[in-house]
Amino acid sequence: MQGPAPSGAAPAAPRAVFEIEGLHIDYTTELGVLHAVRDVSLTVHEHESFGLVGESGSGKSTLAMGSIRYLASNGKVTDGSVRLGGVELLGLPARQLRELWGSRIGVVYQSPLSALNPSIVIGKQLAEVARRHLGMDASAAKARVVEMLTKVAMPDPEAVMKRYPHQLSGGMLQRCVIAMALMTNPSLLIMDEPTTALDVTTQAVVLDLVAELKREFDSAILYITHDLGVITKICDRVGVMYAGEFMEQAGLRALFTRPLHPYTLDLLGCVPRFDPTPEKRSLVTIPGAIPRVDELPPGCIFAPRCEFVRDSCTKERPPLVPVAPEHLSACLRWSVVPPPAEYLREATEAVRTAGAEAEEDGVLVEVAGTQVHFKAPKGVIRAVDGVDLDVRVGQTLGVVGESGSGKTTVARAIIGLTPATGGDITLRGKSLPRTTGKRPRSTLREIQMVFQNPDASLNPTRTVGDAIMRPLSLLAGVSREEAKRRAQDLLRSVSLPVSYFDRLPHELSGGEKQRVAIARAFAAEPELILCDEPISSLDVSVQGSLMNLLMQLQVEKRTSYLFISHDLSAVQHLSDSIAVVYLGHVMEIGDAVQVLTPPFHPYTEALLSAVPLPDPDVKQKPIRLGGSVPSAMHVPSGCRFHPRCPRFLGDICVNEEPPWREGAGAHRIYCHIPLDDLARLQAETLVFSDDDDPGAAKAPDGGNDQGEGA
Amino acid sequence: MGRFILRRLGFMVLTVILASIVIFWATTVLPGDVAGQILGRYATEEAKSQLRHELGLDRPVHVQYADWLGGYVRGDWGESPSMDTVVRPVVFERLRNSFMLAIVAFAMYVPLGIFLGLLAALRKNTWADNLISVGSLAFIGLPEFVSGLILIAIFSIELGWFPSQSAIDPSSTFVEAFPYLILPAITVALTSLAYVVRMTRSSTVDVLQMDYVRTANLKGLPPRKVLFTHVLRNSLLPTITVVAIGIGWLIGGLIITESLFSYPGIGRLLLFAIQHRDLVLIQATALLIVIIYVVANLVADILYAVLNPRIRYT
Repeated sequence: MQGPAPSGAAPAAPRAVFEIEGLHIDYTTELGVLHAVRDVSLTVHEHESFGLVGESGSGKSTLAMGSIRYLASNGKVTDGSVRLGGVELLGLPARQLRELWGSRIGVVYQSPLSALNPSIVIGKQLAEVARRHLGMDASAAKARVVEMLTKVAMPDPEAVMKRYPHQLSGGMLQRCVIAMALMTNPSLLIMDEPTTALDVTTQAVVLDLVAELKREFDSAILYITHDLGVITKICDRVGVMYAGEFMEQAGLRALFTRPLHPYTLDLLGCVPRFDPTPEKRSLVTIPGAIPRVDELPPGCIFAPRCEFVRDSCTKERPPLVPVAPEHLSACLRWSVVPPPAEYLREATEAVRTAGAEAEEDGVLVEVAGTQVHFKAPKGVIRAVDGVDLDVRVGQTLGVVGESGSGKTTVARAIIGLTPATGGDITLRGKSLPRTTGKRPRSTLREIQMVFQNPDASLNPTRTVGDAIMRPLSLLAGVSREEAKRRAQDLLRSVSLPVSYFDRLPHELSGGEKQRVAIARAFAAEPELILCDEPISSLDVSVQGSLMNLLMQLQVEKRTSYLFISHDLSAVQHLSDSIAVVYLGHVMEIGDAVQVLTPPFHPYTEALLSAVPLPDPDVKQKPIRLGGSVPSAMHVPSGCRFHPRCPRFLGDICVNEEPPWREGAGAHRIYCHIPLDDLARLQAETLVFSDDDDPGAAKAPDGGNDQGEGA
Repeated sequence: MGRFILRRLGFMVLTVILASIVIFWATTVLPGDVAGQILGRYATEEAKSQLRHELGLDRPVHVQYADWLGGYVRGDWGESPSMDTVVRPVVFERLRNSFMLAIVAFAMYVPLGIFLGLLAALRKNTWADNLISVGSLAFIGLPEFVSGLILIAIFSIELGWFPSQSAIDPSSTFVEAFPYLILPAITVALTSLAYVVRMTRSSTVDVLQMDYVRTANLKGLPPRKVLFTHVLRNSLLPTITVVAIGIGWLIGGLIITESLFSYPGIGRLLLFAIQHRDLVLIQATALLIVIIYVVANLVADILYAVLNPRIRYT
């Protein structure tokens, strides 16, 4: 699904379409003038897609939007040059700029739902572009919209055109936005995190579509994302931004296999490797945080966090210069930056082994046939519909599934926030009352939860200390002084300074808030912590350090986790065993290694195939799911996955509930296809290749001889 | 949509019935003897009980209530002791007058308020925005009897452009009444203007920051087109609701302004009825005002649902 490796086939001087040179962008704020983007240059060539990667606050969106002169009223381009097809954009009169917007420049946005006007039907919003820039009348514009919607593989375009945005799914909407952006075959297509708001399966479909359209249309693409995995699916060249400057620019393979800037190296190390082995290693952490643009250090702006720093680094700011063919780095010491595999071995350590000591300790929480049904005006919502799973002492059970799979509801039923309507949940063999109100305090203490959004789960008027002390005095029943002492210990154990005790949540960053939430969860000394997407809203580097923290605390305190996430990479990184849920039902469950190696449930297989892996050398077999998760009010008959199943057998899937097929150990698959058949089908089209020895260094210029998959 | 309206209608009827109970209870059951009031302080106890019997006041309360409400629904609103006439034509005539005043005021402040609100939003944090915000706010705090008196002092006493009093013949036509409507309408408009301005400004400021406005701009649409097709449709929704709810007050709630200008509208009629302890008239007028409010709210809800595709059919 990738384009040709840029290093191999470099054609004779491709034509530059979009050139940014020495761009500076300032924001005027209450704090004074902030230099958000400083002296940034990049070039996107014809038929090329340039990936702009960075964490939040790196200035990547500001750069992209500022370069086409769409900035908030307090933003201003102060210096530099931006040329589109040779035409200078800076200094162009506003009227002419609006001629380019929407015709030569198309934009695709992060959240398609908010990018479309809620009170205008889709067709009309798309037709506007054709009417404005292609000089079409209403009927010609309509025909053009149908044509474009067909190109983005939209089923039934005529019907879609009459819908309002809220009536379509995220994936459908993003196709509409892409169709709108490509309507005029623009020279430049800016894609700003176009798949971040989508489910992983939908993301895969949209990424395929973009890769395909890339060949069909002439547009050069500027692709903005924080996700290193997504980059490998789309981009030919990549620029890594940090606090408003480029650290490195290189071809895709070069950047991933032989980065020449420490920040890129660290970023790659923050992301969990997809590696189905029982050994659980820590991730690379970057000490400190991205500096604010008004408090930049002298010299190299990454120096305070850099592993390879020398005195010379802090003297003068290193320029972005060529260090290898087609490879720019802003590091003075680029020559000592080690290959990623080598660095990973040294900078990370084995923390624990999955499944170790599991047998002797036994089951902590058992969820048996649990149902959570809600009554709705027009029927029953079967959010959780007969889930069996168990969490073992000191172990992590990962729960994955698309949004709408009921994974959060299972957790809420376990802790008693949403009462189960059927089945049984036991803690150490004792049945738990269904609501928190009926549970004794000792039970409340034993199960704690960390939520996705720390902004919403911490009371904004309570200090950090109060938040952590509350469960101590309420559930652990300790005195005030003792509670304070323990709260301070907890702050230390989540690597926060004790001075944070008196801070209010708004004074903390997102990652720090989540650390407080984790400290609070641990305060009651629980047996089980339910982690509901605890890292999903955070930056990659922060995600990495939080995963390290969770793993380390687990080893210290022997706490069990139920780790819920849509991010399969994070789940496989942390979990001893994994449950794959779909529409309120477990599809596959077992030890992590078993679940992540064949035989897979067809749904697991599709999820694995959709995960964007941050490694351009790994080939994934494209298995794509059509449509989206059906409503839990209308659960399909037979196997509930059958309408989307790529390995659909026939009537048996529609009419009969599948059996549980028992594999090795605790491995079970809920499917009509026997395990041997699944294994055979999936063995010949292995989802991954080249991951037998992920520690081994790959040749930086290794050939393109991987099989393309069947 | 049909079900939505039906449900709302159901709620509306329920509200009116509840209000009628409160009105009836407040006027008949509360202390204050009707017979005593009609016959005067020196009436004998016998005469009073005789009258009570004639008026049906010695029957159980719920029977009296049912009788009254039934009459109201049938159009028999009773006779006013203080005006010595059948109530219904009088009330409707005054309602018509209130309606005329409301239309003139409405035509003044709604377009102006939306225009100023939009201007303030588009020129956010400039002197124009500040002037509009401060200016309209100043009038919100000014009671009608102050602003009305100032207007009278300037425009009728000093300049002599408009009559200072609007005590027209209650049966005047709109054209005859028009010159008398202007000063009271301005008084009303001044107090309401700020609500419309502020609502329009704040929702437009919000909408201007929406992603879909960015989309519209980056489609290359001319600014005017972005404003009219993409911004207004969404940003005026809250304003429309506020305005529609305000219609109830505009027709039924202008007691102060109507009194100040001696304008024969329904608010002033209610005041007259209260001053004369004319219970029949109070009941009839008050219940009508309730109905006006409830209908205005219903209209606001339906308008909102029609204009906002996201809440349709809920």
